[in-house]
Amino acid sequence: MSAPLPLLQVSGLTKRFGGFVALDNVDLHVGAGERLGLIGPNGSGKTTMINCISGALFNDMGGIRFDGQDITRMLPHRRARLGVARSFQIPKPFRSMTVLENLRVPLEYAARARAGQRHIIDEAMELLESIGLKHCAQHNSAGLTQVDMRKLELARALAVKPRLLVSDEAMAGLSSAEVDEILEILLALNKRGVAVIMIEHIMRAVMRFSQRIVVLDAGHKIAEGTPDEIVSNPDVERAYLGE
Amino acid sequence: MKSAAFWGVLAAILAGGLALTAVLENEYYYNALYLILQATLMAVAWNILGGFTGYVNFGSAAFFAMGAYTTVALNKALGLPLPLLILAGGAVGGLVGFGLGYLTLRLKGVYFAIATLAMAIVIETFISNWTYVGGARGAYMLTPDQHLWFNSYIQMLFMVMLLLTLAAVAISRMLSSSRLGRGLAAIRDDEVAAESAGVPTLRLKLVSTTVMGAMMGVAGAPFPYFVTFVDPVSAFNLFIAVNAIAMPMIGGTGHWIGPVIGALLVGSMQEIVKVTVSSELNVLIVGVMLVVFITLAPQGIVGLVRKHWQRRKS
Repeated sequence: MSAPLPLLQVSGLTKRFGGFVALDNVDLHVGAGERLGLIGPNGSGKTTMINCISGALFNDMGGIRFDGQDITRMLPHRRARLGVARSFQIPKPFRSMTVLENLRVPLEYAARARAGQRHIIDEAMELLESIGLKHCAQHNSAGLTQVDMRKLELARALAVKPRLLVSDEAMAGLSSAEVDEILEILLALNKRGVAVIMIEHIMRAVMRFSQRIVVLDAGHKIAEGTPDEIVSNPDVERAYLGE
Repeated sequence: MKSAAFWGVLAAILAGGLALTAVLENEYYYNALYLILQATLMAVAWNILGGFTGYVNFGSAAFFAMGAYTTVALNKALGLPLPLLILAGGAVGGLVGFGLGYLTLRLKGVYFAIATLAMAIVIETFISNWTYVGGARGAYMLTPDQHLWFNSYIQMLFMVMLLLTLAAVAISRMLSSSRLGRGLAAIRDDEVAAESAGVPTLRLKLVSTTVMGAMMGVAGAPFPYFVTFVDPVSAFNLFIAVNAIAMPMIGGTGHWIGPVIGALLVGSMQEIVKVTVSSELNVLIVGVMLVVFITLAPQGIVGLVRKHWQRRKS
Protein backbone atom coordinates (compact mmCIF):
# COMPACT_ATOMS: atom_id res chain seq x y z
CA MET A 1 0.00 0.00 0.00
CA SER A 2 1.44 3.36 -0.96
CA ALA A 3 0.97 6.55 1.02
CA PRO A 4 -1.38 9.13 -0.54
CA LEU A 5 0.38 11.65 -2.74
CA PRO A 6 1.30 14.78 -0.76
CA LEU A 7 -0.28 18.08 -1.79
CA LEU A 8 3.10 19.72 -2.19
CA GLN A 9 6.23 17.76 -2.99
CA VAL A 10 9.54 19.60 -3.14
CA SER A 11 12.44 17.38 -4.09
CA GLY A 12 16.16 18.14 -4.28
CA LEU A 13 15.60 21.88 -4.34
CA THR A 14 18.75 23.91 -4.92
CA LYS A 15 18.92 27.67 -5.29
CA ARG A 16 22.10 29.68 -5.71
CA PHE A 17 22.63 33.44 -5.70
CA GLY A 18 25.93 33.79 -7.52
CA GLY A 19 28.36 31.69 -5.50
CA PHE A 20 26.14 31.62 -2.43
CA VAL A 21 24.08 28.47 -2.04
CA ALA A 22 20.87 29.56 -0.35
CA LEU A 23 19.23 26.12 -0.53
CA ASP A 24 21.13 22.92 -1.04
CA ASN A 25 19.24 19.83 -2.13
CA VAL A 26 16.29 20.27 0.21
CA ASP A 27 13.29 17.91 0.25
CA LEU A 28 9.97 18.99 1.69
CA HIS A 29 6.42 17.74 1.52
CA VAL A 30 3.09 18.92 2.84
CA GLY A 31 0.01 16.74 3.00
CA ALA A 32 -3.47 18.01 2.22
CA GLY A 33 -4.80 19.88 5.25
CA GLU A 34 -1.50 19.57 7.12
CA ARG A 35 0.04 22.24 9.39
CA LEU A 36 3.78 22.46 8.81
CA GLY A 37 6.14 24.73 10.68
CA LEU A 38 9.27 25.89 8.85
CA ILE A 39 11.89 27.32 11.18
CA GLY A 40 15.55 28.13 11.16
CA PRO A 41 17.97 30.91 12.12
CA ASN A 42 18.10 34.11 10.03
CA GLY A 43 19.57 33.48 6.62
CA SER A 44 18.86 29.75 6.70
CA GLY A 45 16.84 29.88 3.47
CA LYS A 46 13.23 29.92 4.70
CA THR A 47 12.10 32.84 2.61
CA THR A 48 14.05 31.59 -0.40
CA MET A 49 12.18 28.30 -0.01
CA ILE A 50 8.75 29.94 -0.11
CA ASN A 51 9.83 32.21 -2.93
CA CYS A 52 10.57 29.03 -4.89
CA ILE A 53 7.29 27.40 -3.84
CA SER A 54 5.23 30.46 -4.79
CA GLY A 55 7.20 31.06 -7.99
CA ALA A 56 8.68 34.46 -7.12
CA LEU A 57 12.06 32.78 -7.72
CA PHE A 58 12.88 29.84 -9.96
CA ASN A 59 15.02 27.14 -8.39
CA ASP A 60 18.24 26.03 -10.11
CA MET A 61 17.83 22.30 -9.49
CA GLY A 62 15.18 19.99 -8.20
CA GLY A 63 11.45 19.88 -8.78
CA ILE A 64 8.21 21.12 -7.24
CA ARG A 65 4.93 19.27 -7.66
CA PHE A 66 1.60 20.56 -6.48
CA ASP A 67 -1.37 18.20 -6.40
CA GLY A 68 0.49 15.85 -8.71
CA GLN A 69 1.27 18.58 -11.25
CA ASP A 70 4.80 19.76 -12.03
CA ILE A 71 4.90 23.49 -11.25
CA THR A 72 8.68 23.95 -11.20
CA ARG A 73 8.70 26.42 -14.10
CA MET A 74 5.22 27.84 -13.67
CA LEU A 75 4.76 31.61 -13.23
CA PRO A 76 3.48 32.78 -9.82
CA HIS A 77 0.04 33.82 -11.05
CA ARG A 78 -0.58 30.36 -12.51
CA ARG A 79 0.40 28.77 -9.19
CA ALA A 80 -1.97 31.15 -7.40
CA ARG A 81 -4.73 29.99 -9.72
CA LEU A 82 -4.00 26.40 -8.76
CA GLY A 83 -4.42 27.36 -5.12
CA VAL A 84 -0.95 28.22 -3.81
CA ALA A 85 -1.22 31.41 -1.78
CA ARG A 86 1.39 33.29 0.20
CA SER A 87 1.54 36.22 2.55
CA PHE A 88 4.58 38.46 2.57
CA GLN A 89 6.91 39.05 5.47
CA ILE A 90 6.75 42.78 4.85
CA PRO A 91 3.09 43.49 4.02
CA LYS A 92 2.55 44.53 0.42
CA PRO A 93 -0.94 46.01 0.28
CA PHE A 94 -2.23 47.55 -2.95
CA ARG A 95 -1.81 51.03 -1.55
CA SER A 96 -4.07 52.95 -3.89
CA MET A 97 -7.01 50.68 -3.10
CA THR A 98 -9.41 50.31 -0.22
CA VAL A 99 -9.21 47.22 1.98
CA LEU A 100 -12.19 45.75 0.15
CA GLU A 101 -10.66 46.36 -3.29
CA ASN A 102 -7.47 44.67 -2.10
CA LEU A 103 -9.46 41.45 -1.75
CA ARG A 104 -11.28 41.92 -5.03
CA VAL A 105 -8.06 41.46 -7.00
CA PRO A 106 -7.30 37.86 -5.88
CA LEU A 107 -11.00 36.98 -5.90
CA GLU A 108 -11.32 38.19 -9.47
CA TYR A 109 -8.06 36.73 -10.71
CA ALA A 110 -6.62 33.83 -8.69
CA ALA A 111 -9.90 32.37 -7.42
CA ARG A 112 -11.99 33.09 -10.49
CA ALA A 113 -11.73 29.72 -12.18
CA ARG A 114 -12.35 27.78 -8.98
CA ALA A 115 -14.87 30.05 -7.27
CA GLY A 116 -18.60 29.66 -7.46
CA GLN A 117 -20.72 32.26 -9.17
CA ARG A 118 -21.19 34.23 -5.99
CA HIS A 119 -21.08 37.98 -5.78
CA ILE A 120 -17.49 39.14 -5.38
CA ILE A 121 -18.30 41.96 -2.96
CA ASP A 122 -20.32 39.68 -0.67
CA GLU A 123 -17.51 37.20 -0.65
CA ALA A 124 -14.90 39.85 0.13
CA MET A 125 -17.03 41.23 2.96
CA GLU A 126 -17.46 37.76 4.40
CA LEU A 127 -13.71 37.25 4.37
CA LEU A 128 -13.12 40.60 6.05
CA GLU A 129 -15.66 39.73 8.72
CA SER A 130 -14.00 36.39 9.43
CA ILE A 131 -10.63 38.08 9.85
CA GLY A 132 -11.92 41.05 11.82
CA LEU A 133 -11.38 43.81 9.28
CA LYS A 134 -14.99 44.48 8.32
CA HIS A 135 -15.06 47.85 10.07
CA CYS A 136 -12.36 49.22 7.76
CA ALA A 137 -13.53 47.74 4.46
CA GLN A 138 -13.78 51.18 2.88
CA HIS A 139 -10.59 52.56 4.43
CA ASN A 140 -7.53 53.12 2.31
CA SER A 141 -5.17 50.19 2.82
CA ALA A 142 -2.08 52.41 3.17
CA GLY A 143 -3.35 53.89 6.42
CA LEU A 144 -3.86 50.65 8.37
CA THR A 145 -2.18 49.87 11.68
CA GLN A 146 0.57 47.25 11.76
CA VAL A 147 -1.69 44.43 12.98
CA ASP A 148 -4.46 45.32 10.54
CA MET A 149 -1.90 45.42 7.75
CA ARG A 150 -0.86 41.86 8.67
CA LYS A 151 -4.48 40.78 8.73
CA LEU A 152 -5.06 42.30 5.33
CA GLU A 153 -2.00 40.46 4.06
CA LEU A 154 -3.52 37.20 5.30
CA ALA A 155 -7.00 38.08 4.07
CA ARG A 156 -5.64 38.74 0.60
CA ALA A 157 -3.92 35.36 0.63
CA LEU A 158 -7.18 33.75 1.75
CA ALA A 159 -9.01 35.47 -1.09
CA VAL A 160 -6.94 33.32 -3.44
CA LYS A 161 -9.04 30.46 -1.99
CA PRO A 162 -5.90 28.46 -1.40
CA ARG A 163 -5.39 24.78 -0.89
CA LEU A 164 -1.95 25.63 0.43
CA LEU A 165 -1.17 28.83 2.31
CA VAL A 166 2.41 29.85 2.95
CA SER A 167 2.51 32.37 5.77
CA ASP A 168 5.83 34.19 5.96
CA GLU A 169 6.29 35.65 9.46
CA ALA A 170 2.75 36.91 9.68
CA MET A 171 3.26 37.64 13.37
CA ALA A 172 6.61 39.44 13.41
CA GLY A 173 6.50 42.52 15.59
CA LEU A 174 3.03 41.88 17.00
CA SER A 175 2.02 41.86 20.66
CA SER A 176 1.26 38.60 22.43
CA ALA A 177 -2.51 39.10 22.18
CA GLU A 178 -2.21 39.95 18.50
CA VAL A 179 -0.13 36.83 17.90
CA ASP A 180 -2.94 34.73 19.38
CA GLU A 181 -5.43 36.50 17.15
CA ILE A 182 -3.46 35.65 13.99
CA LEU A 183 -2.92 32.10 15.26
CA GLU A 184 -6.67 31.61 15.66
CA ILE A 185 -7.23 32.82 12.12
CA LEU A 186 -4.71 30.32 10.75
CA LEU A 187 -6.14 27.46 12.83
CA ALA A 188 -9.68 28.26 11.69
CA LEU A 189 -8.49 28.31 8.10
CA ASN A 190 -6.78 24.96 8.54
CA LYS A 191 -10.00 23.48 9.96
CA ARG A 192 -11.58 24.18 6.60
CA GLY A 193 -9.02 21.89 5.00
CA VAL A 194 -6.34 24.32 3.87
CA ALA A 195 -2.76 23.13 4.32
CA VAL A 196 -0.54 25.75 5.94
CA ILE A 197 3.21 26.25 5.95
CA MET A 198 4.05 28.62 8.78
CA ILE A 199 7.36 30.41 8.86
CA GLU A 200 7.84 32.06 12.20
CA HIS A 201 10.41 33.10 14.77
CA ILE A 202 7.89 33.16 17.61
CA MET A 203 8.45 29.62 18.94
CA ARG A 204 5.39 29.64 21.18
CA ALA A 205 3.22 30.09 18.08
CA VAL A 206 5.05 27.57 15.89
CA MET A 207 5.04 24.88 18.58
CA ARG A 208 1.35 25.32 19.25
CA PHE A 209 0.40 25.47 15.60
CA SER A 210 2.49 22.84 13.85
CA GLN A 211 1.78 19.14 13.52
CA ARG A 212 5.22 18.72 12.01
CA ILE A 213 8.24 20.99 11.90
CA VAL A 214 11.09 21.25 9.41
CA VAL A 215 14.28 23.00 10.48
CA LEU A 216 16.58 24.69 7.97
CA ASP A 217 20.09 25.83 8.70
CA ALA A 218 22.42 27.43 6.15
CA GLY A 219 20.40 26.00 3.26
CA HIS A 220 20.23 22.44 4.59
CA LYS A 221 17.40 20.59 6.20
CA ILE A 222 18.83 19.56 9.59
CA ALA A 223 15.77 18.16 11.32
CA GLU A 224 12.19 17.15 10.79
CA GLY A 225 9.61 15.86 13.25
CA THR A 226 6.88 16.68 15.73
CA PRO A 227 7.31 19.80 17.88
CA ASP A 228 8.39 17.64 20.84
CA GLU A 229 11.04 15.86 18.81
CA ILE A 230 12.36 19.15 17.46
CA VAL A 231 12.65 20.71 20.91
CA SER A 232 14.85 17.87 22.13
CA ASN A 233 16.92 17.59 18.94
CA PRO A 234 20.61 18.37 19.63
CA ASP A 235 21.29 19.56 16.05
CA VAL A 236 18.55 22.15 16.33
CA GLU A 237 19.88 23.36 19.63
CA ARG A 238 23.33 23.69 18.10
CA ALA A 239 21.99 25.67 15.10
CA TYR A 240 20.15 28.13 17.31
CA LEU A 241 22.47 28.44 20.30
CA GLY A 242 25.85 27.29 19.02
CA GLU A 243 28.01 24.78 20.86
CA MET B 1 -20.04 59.78 -11.74
CA LYS B 2 -23.11 57.68 -12.52
CA SER B 3 -23.05 55.95 -15.86
CA ALA B 4 -26.18 57.62 -17.22
CA ALA B 5 -24.86 61.05 -16.29
CA PHE B 6 -21.50 60.27 -17.89
CA TRP B 7 -22.99 59.22 -21.22
CA GLY B 8 -25.35 62.18 -21.05
CA VAL B 9 -22.43 64.56 -20.66
CA LEU B 10 -20.57 62.92 -23.58
CA ALA B 11 -23.65 63.23 -25.81
CA ALA B 12 -24.11 66.86 -24.75
CA ILE B 13 -20.48 67.69 -25.57
CA LEU B 14 -20.82 66.04 -28.98
CA ALA B 15 -24.05 67.94 -29.69
CA GLY B 16 -22.37 71.13 -28.46
CA GLY B 17 -19.52 70.57 -30.92
CA LEU B 18 -21.97 70.08 -33.78
CA ALA B 19 -23.90 73.19 -32.78
CA LEU B 20 -20.66 75.16 -32.66
CA THR B 21 -19.82 74.26 -36.26
CA ALA B 22 -23.23 75.59 -37.31
CA VAL B 23 -22.80 79.01 -35.75
CA LEU B 24 -19.06 79.74 -35.59
CA GLU B 25 -17.20 80.39 -38.85
CA ASN B 26 -13.76 81.63 -37.73
CA GLU B 27 -11.30 78.85 -38.54
CA TYR B 28 -8.81 79.87 -35.89
CA TYR B 29 -11.05 78.56 -33.10
CA TYR B 30 -11.25 75.13 -34.70
CA ASN B 31 -7.48 75.09 -35.00
CA ALA B 32 -7.08 75.85 -31.33
CA LEU B 33 -9.78 73.40 -30.26
CA TYR B 34 -8.29 70.67 -32.43
CA LEU B 35 -4.91 71.08 -30.73
CA ILE B 36 -6.48 71.02 -27.25
CA LEU B 37 -8.45 67.87 -28.11
CA GLN B 38 -5.40 66.21 -29.62
CA ALA B 39 -3.48 66.90 -26.42
CA THR B 40 -6.40 65.52 -24.38
CA LEU B 41 -6.46 62.32 -26.39
CA MET B 42 -2.69 61.93 -25.95
CA ALA B 43 -2.95 62.60 -22.21
CA VAL B 44 -5.76 60.06 -21.78
CA ALA B 45 -3.71 57.51 -23.73
CA TRP B 46 -0.55 58.17 -21.71
CA ASN B 47 -2.49 57.73 -18.50
CA ILE B 48 -3.54 54.17 -19.40
CA LEU B 49 0.06 53.05 -19.04
CA GLY B 50 1.51 55.85 -16.92
CA GLY B 51 -1.37 56.41 -14.51
CA PHE B 52 -3.27 53.14 -14.34
CA THR B 53 -0.33 50.74 -14.73
CA GLY B 54 2.47 52.86 -13.30
CA TYR B 55 4.90 52.71 -16.21
CA VAL B 56 6.23 56.09 -17.33
CA ASN B 57 6.50 56.49 -21.08
CA PHE B 58 8.75 59.24 -22.44
CA GLY B 59 8.32 58.18 -26.06
CA SER B 60 4.73 59.28 -26.69
CA ALA B 61 5.77 61.34 -29.69
CA ALA B 62 6.89 58.16 -31.48
CA PHE B 63 3.43 56.58 -31.22
CA PHE B 64 1.83 59.81 -32.34
CA ALA B 65 4.25 60.03 -35.28
CA MET B 66 3.59 56.41 -36.25
CA GLY B 67 -0.07 57.33 -36.60
CA ALA B 68 0.77 60.42 -38.65
CA TYR B 69 3.20 58.60 -40.92
CA THR B 70 0.81 55.70 -41.42
CA THR B 71 -1.54 58.29 -42.88
CA VAL B 72 1.19 59.73 -45.08
CA ALA B 73 2.26 56.31 -46.38
CA LEU B 74 -1.20 54.83 -46.92
CA ASN B 75 -2.52 58.03 -48.45
CA LYS B 76 0.32 57.98 -50.95
CA ALA B 77 0.08 54.26 -51.65
CA LEU B 78 -3.66 53.64 -51.67
CA GLY B 79 -5.41 56.97 -51.18
CA LEU B 80 -7.57 55.66 -48.38
CA PRO B 81 -10.31 57.79 -46.80
CA LEU B 82 -9.78 59.35 -43.37
CA PRO B 83 -11.78 56.86 -41.25
CA LEU B 84 -9.71 53.96 -42.60
CA LEU B 85 -6.50 55.93 -42.10
CA ILE B 86 -7.44 56.50 -38.46
CA LEU B 87 -8.09 52.78 -38.00
CA ALA B 88 -4.76 51.99 -39.66
CA GLY B 89 -2.95 54.57 -37.51
CA GLY B 90 -4.46 52.97 -34.42
CA ALA B 91 -3.43 49.51 -35.58
CA VAL B 92 0.16 50.57 -36.26
CA GLY B 93 0.37 52.50 -32.98
CA GLY B 94 -1.02 49.49 -31.12
CA LEU B 95 1.48 47.21 -32.83
CA VAL B 96 4.38 49.47 -31.86
CA GLY B 97 2.98 49.56 -28.31
CA PHE B 98 2.80 45.77 -28.25
CA GLY B 99 6.38 45.55 -29.54
CA LEU B 100 7.63 48.05 -26.99
CA GLY B 101 5.84 46.14 -24.25
CA TYR B 102 7.22 42.83 -25.41
CA LEU B 103 10.80 44.08 -25.58
CA THR B 104 10.77 45.98 -22.30
CA LEU B 105 8.52 43.84 -20.09
CA ARG B 106 11.30 42.98 -17.72
CA LEU B 107 12.42 46.58 -17.27
CA LYS B 108 11.09 48.45 -14.29
CA GLY B 109 10.90 52.05 -13.20
CA VAL B 110 13.42 54.41 -14.66
CA TYR B 111 14.85 51.77 -17.03
CA PHE B 112 11.52 51.38 -18.74
CA ALA B 113 11.28 55.16 -19.12
CA ILE B 114 14.75 55.29 -20.69
CA ALA B 115 13.86 52.46 -23.07
CA THR B 116 10.79 54.35 -24.31
CA LEU B 117 12.93 57.41 -24.95
CA ALA B 118 15.44 55.30 -26.86
CA MET B 119 12.66 53.67 -28.89
CA ALA B 120 11.39 57.10 -29.94
CA ILE B 121 14.84 58.03 -31.24
CA VAL B 122 15.21 54.74 -33.13
CA ILE B 123 11.84 55.17 -34.84
CA GLU B 124 12.56 58.81 -35.66
CA THR B 125 15.84 57.84 -37.29
CA PHE B 126 14.06 55.20 -39.31
CA ILE B 127 11.40 57.62 -40.53
CA SER B 128 13.98 60.34 -41.28
CA ASN B 129 15.68 57.93 -43.68
CA TRP B 130 12.58 56.54 -45.33
CA THR B 131 12.30 58.58 -48.52
CA TYR B 132 8.89 57.18 -49.51
CA VAL B 133 7.28 59.29 -46.77
CA GLY B 134 9.52 62.27 -47.43
CA GLY B 135 12.44 61.38 -45.19
CA ALA B 136 13.98 64.29 -43.34
CA ARG B 137 12.58 66.78 -45.90
CA GLY B 138 9.01 65.99 -44.94
CA ALA B 139 5.87 65.38 -46.97
CA TYR B 140 3.02 67.59 -48.16
CA MET B 141 -0.58 66.52 -47.75
CA LEU B 142 -3.33 67.97 -49.88
CA THR B 143 -6.47 68.90 -48.03
CA PRO B 144 -9.33 66.91 -49.62
CA ASP B 145 -12.13 68.90 -51.25
CA GLN B 146 -15.02 67.19 -49.55
CA HIS B 147 -15.86 67.94 -45.98
CA LEU B 148 -19.32 66.36 -45.56
CA TRP B 149 -21.88 68.97 -44.51
CA PHE B 150 -19.33 71.11 -42.66
CA ASN B 151 -18.37 74.60 -43.82
CA SER B 152 -14.69 73.81 -43.96
CA TYR B 153 -12.29 70.88 -43.71
CA ILE B 154 -10.93 72.05 -40.36
CA GLN B 155 -14.44 72.01 -38.92
CA MET B 156 -14.77 68.39 -39.94
CA LEU B 157 -11.35 67.53 -38.50
CA PHE B 158 -12.38 69.20 -35.26
CA MET B 159 -15.51 67.02 -35.06
CA VAL B 160 -13.48 63.91 -35.89
CA MET B 161 -11.01 64.70 -33.12
CA LEU B 162 -13.84 65.46 -30.69
CA LEU B 163 -15.41 62.08 -31.42
CA LEU B 164 -12.08 60.25 -31.03
CA THR B 165 -11.29 62.02 -27.76
CA LEU B 166 -14.71 61.27 -26.28
CA ALA B 167 -14.32 57.64 -27.29
CA ALA B 168 -10.90 57.48 -25.60
CA VAL B 169 -12.29 59.05 -22.43
CA ALA B 170 -15.12 56.50 -22.40
CA ILE B 171 -12.68 53.60 -22.88
CA SER B 172 -10.41 54.95 -20.15
CA ARG B 173 -13.34 55.29 -17.73
CA MET B 174 -14.64 51.79 -18.46
CA LEU B 175 -11.15 50.39 -18.06
CA SER B 176 -10.54 52.05 -14.70
CA SER B 177 -13.58 50.47 -13.05
CA SER B 178 -13.25 47.04 -14.66
CA ARG B 179 -11.56 43.84 -13.54
CA LEU B 180 -8.78 44.62 -16.02
CA GLY B 181 -8.37 48.09 -14.50
CA ARG B 182 -8.03 46.64 -10.99
CA GLY B 183 -5.40 44.25 -12.31
CA LEU B 184 -3.45 47.18 -13.79
CA ALA B 185 -3.75 49.10 -10.51
CA ALA B 186 -2.43 46.05 -8.65
CA ILE B 187 0.59 46.01 -10.98
CA ARG B 188 1.17 49.72 -10.30
CA ASP B 189 0.92 49.26 -6.53
CA ASP B 190 3.05 46.11 -6.22
CA GLU B 191 3.93 43.83 -9.07
CA VAL B 192 5.10 40.89 -6.93
CA ALA B 193 1.96 40.98 -4.79
CA ALA B 194 -0.14 41.26 -7.95
CA GLU B 195 1.41 38.08 -9.35
CA SER B 196 0.69 36.14 -6.19
CA ALA B 197 -2.89 37.40 -6.29
CA GLY B 198 -3.18 35.64 -9.64
CA VAL B 199 -2.78 38.69 -11.88
CA PRO B 200 -1.00 37.75 -15.13
CA THR B 201 1.23 40.82 -14.97
CA LEU B 202 3.08 40.29 -18.26
CA ARG B 203 -0.10 39.90 -20.27
CA LEU B 204 -1.80 42.87 -18.62
CA LYS B 205 1.20 45.11 -19.22
CA LEU B 206 1.07 44.13 -22.89
CA VAL B 207 -2.62 45.03 -23.03
CA SER B 208 -1.79 48.35 -21.43
CA THR B 209 1.06 49.27 -23.80
CA THR B 210 -1.02 48.17 -26.78
CA VAL B 211 -4.10 50.22 -25.84
CA MET B 212 -1.90 53.25 -25.13
CA GLY B 213 -0.06 52.89 -28.43
CA ALA B 214 -3.29 52.44 -30.39
CA MET B 215 -4.84 55.57 -28.87
CA MET B 216 -1.74 57.62 -29.61
CA GLY B 217 -1.64 56.29 -33.17
CA VAL B 218 -5.26 57.33 -33.57
CA ALA B 219 -4.37 60.80 -32.23
CA GLY B 220 -1.63 61.15 -34.83
CA ALA B 221 -3.49 59.78 -37.84
CA PRO B 222 -5.46 62.96 -38.77
CA PHE B 223 -2.44 65.19 -37.98
CA PRO B 224 -1.03 65.34 -41.55
CA TYR B 225 -4.38 66.68 -42.80
CA PHE B 226 -4.38 69.22 -39.99
CA VAL B 227 -0.91 70.63 -40.67
CA THR B 228 -0.75 69.73 -44.40
CA PHE B 229 3.01 69.33 -44.08
CA VAL B 230 4.65 66.66 -41.90
CA ASP B 231 8.31 66.21 -41.22
CA PRO B 232 10.05 64.20 -38.49
CA VAL B 233 10.78 67.36 -36.48
CA SER B 234 7.10 68.23 -36.10
CA ALA B 235 5.75 64.69 -35.77
CA PHE B 236 8.35 63.53 -33.25
CA ASN B 237 8.36 66.85 -31.41
CA LEU B 238 9.51 66.50 -27.81
CA PHE B 239 6.76 68.94 -26.88
CA ILE B 240 4.16 66.27 -27.72
CA ALA B 241 5.80 63.82 -25.32
CA VAL B 242 6.24 66.43 -22.60
CA ASN B 243 2.60 67.49 -22.84
CA ALA B 244 1.45 63.87 -22.71
CA ILE B 245 3.30 63.42 -19.41
CA ALA B 246 2.66 66.83 -17.88
CA MET B 247 -1.07 67.03 -18.48
CA PRO B 248 -2.01 63.83 -16.59
CA MET B 249 0.46 64.73 -13.83
CA ILE B 250 -1.15 68.16 -13.42
CA GLY B 251 -4.68 66.79 -13.57
CA GLY B 252 -3.99 63.69 -11.48
CA THR B 253 -2.94 60.26 -12.76
CA GLY B 254 -4.97 58.06 -10.42
CA HIS B 255 -8.39 58.86 -11.90
CA TRP B 256 -9.65 58.75 -15.47
CA ILE B 257 -10.80 62.37 -15.30
CA GLY B 258 -7.31 63.56 -14.26
CA PRO B 259 -5.68 63.71 -17.70
CA VAL B 260 -8.84 65.30 -19.14
CA ILE B 261 -8.79 68.11 -16.56
CA GLY B 262 -5.03 68.58 -16.96
CA ALA B 263 -5.17 68.66 -20.75
CA LEU B 264 -8.12 71.05 -20.92
CA LEU B 265 -6.52 73.37 -18.39
CA VAL B 266 -2.96 73.39 -19.72
CA GLY B 267 -4.02 73.05 -23.35
CA SER B 268 -6.33 76.05 -23.27
CA MET B 269 -3.80 78.15 -21.37
CA GLN B 270 -1.23 77.30 -24.03
CA GLU B 271 -3.57 78.33 -26.83
CA ILE B 272 -4.58 81.56 -25.07
CA VAL B 273 -0.98 82.53 -24.36
CA LYS B 274 -0.01 81.66 -27.92
CA VAL B 275 -2.23 84.42 -29.33
CA THR B 276 -2.17 86.95 -26.51
CA VAL B 277 1.49 86.90 -25.45
CA SER B 278 3.86 84.82 -27.51
CA SER B 279 3.89 81.55 -29.39
CA GLU B 280 7.06 80.46 -27.60
CA LEU B 281 5.82 81.10 -24.08
CA ASN B 282 3.39 78.17 -24.12
CA VAL B 283 6.33 75.78 -23.71
CA LEU B 284 7.30 77.65 -20.58
CA ILE B 285 3.79 77.33 -19.14
CA VAL B 286 3.74 73.58 -19.12
CA GLY B 287 7.23 73.46 -17.62
CA VAL B 288 6.44 75.85 -14.79
CA MET B 289 3.10 74.19 -14.03
CA LEU B 290 4.67 70.76 -13.97
CA VAL B 291 7.34 71.86 -11.49
CA VAL B 292 4.74 73.57 -9.29
CA PHE B 293 2.41 70.57 -9.26
CA ILE B 294 5.09 67.95 -8.72
CA THR B 295 6.44 69.80 -5.70
CA LEU B 296 3.19 71.07 -4.18
CA ALA B 297 0.50 68.63 -5.33
CA PRO B 298 1.99 65.36 -6.61
CA GLN B 299 -1.50 63.85 -6.82
CA GLY B 300 -2.58 66.60 -9.20
CA ILE B 301 -5.85 68.50 -9.23
CA VAL B 302 -7.89 65.34 -8.61
CA GLY B 303 -5.75 64.65 -5.54
CA LEU B 304 -6.27 68.19 -4.23
CA VAL B 305 -10.04 67.92 -4.62
CA ARG B 306 -10.11 64.50 -2.93
CA LYS B 307 -8.08 65.80 0.02
CA HIS B 308 -10.44 68.73 0.35
CA TRP B 309 -13.50 66.42 0.39
CA GLN B 310 -11.98 64.11 2.97
CA ARG B 311 -11.21 67.05 5.20
CA ARG B 312 -14.77 68.32 4.95
CA LYS B 313 -16.12 64.86 5.74
CA SER B 314 -14.10 64.44 8.92
